[in-house]
Amino acid sequence: MKWTFFHKLGSPKWFFDISGKFLPWFVVLGISLLVIGSIWGLAFAPKDYQQGDSFRIIYLHVPSAILAQSCYMMMAVSAIVSLVWKMKLADVFIASAAPLGALFTFLALFTGAVWGKPTWGTWWVWDARLTAMLVLLFLYFGVISLQSAIEDTQIASKATSILVLVGIVNIPIIKYSVDWWNTLHQPATFKLTEKPAMVPEMWIPLLVMVVGIYCFFTALVILRMRNDILIRERKTKWVKALLHF
Amino acid sequence: MQFTNIDAFLSMGGHGLYVWLSYGVGLLVFIIAFMSPVLKKKRIIKELSQLQRRQSKHKMKDNTEGIN
Repeated sequence: MKWTFFHKLGSPKWFFDISGKFLPWFVVLGISLLVIGSIWGLAFAPKDYQQGDSFRIIYLHVPSAILAQSCYMMMAVSAIVSLVWKMKLADVFIASAAPLGALFTFLALFTGAVWGKPTWGTWWVWDARLTAMLVLLFLYFGVISLQSAIEDTQIASKATSILVLVGIVNIPIIKYSVDWWNTLHQPATFKLTEKPAMVPEMWIPLLVMVVGIYCFFTALVILRMRNDILIRERKTKWVKALLHF
Repeated sequence: MQFTNIDAFLSMGGHGLYVWLSYGVGLLVFIIAFMSPVLKKKRIIKELSQLQRRQSKHKMKDNTEGIN
């Protein structure tokens, strides 16, 4: 009885129906929060007393970096679900999320480089945080190519899940790199246990951007998962019925 | 508002190039990320309905042959 929701969750048709209802809300919420947060951060937040206006890149850089890492964590959870329960939707999630993770990792690296130039005087250094982030990008590429390289879907799903789980060692390395090694990268802006080191006028727009990017990511994952489900389930009755409308 | 006029806003205290380059690429990434699955869905639906139409035609043909 308690487990019915779990089985339902594993049904592609159920997911397709329910996600279609939530999708527009995530699109609207994500885009509005991102627009509000960007305007707030660019025009209204006070400038940093050391970095001046270049610090405004933080409102794009930090949310994409946070998302790049938590996307990987979500993929790792899906990998366990896929290995243990052989749930199809978990594979669909990994396939849909990996390219998005790569995209946001790229954005974090790019905005970081552009921020580094006026702040550190260089676009790139082989420093622990930056290198670990680059490794994350290559892990995403690895997941994407492994999944499409193996034709047998069951073997592909197993191999991909194992790769995702092995790659998870990189996540704590990214997180603690700024504490373990001497690096150019500044330490974390936010810690759950401490009061933020910024004034509220600075961190509230950042929070808006973080929530916005999560909503936007959810919308993108739903869009991609629905596409993937349509292709995978094209021979089922419900997809055929859907196409008649 | 932190800036007195639009020129000051665009120049970002001399860091305009870096700030606007970041946000420009960010906007581009967001647009690509959003448009690619939206366009793909249209393509999938078109291809699958074509496939289905072709298959149902075959079926009808088979049925009529069966009658004759």
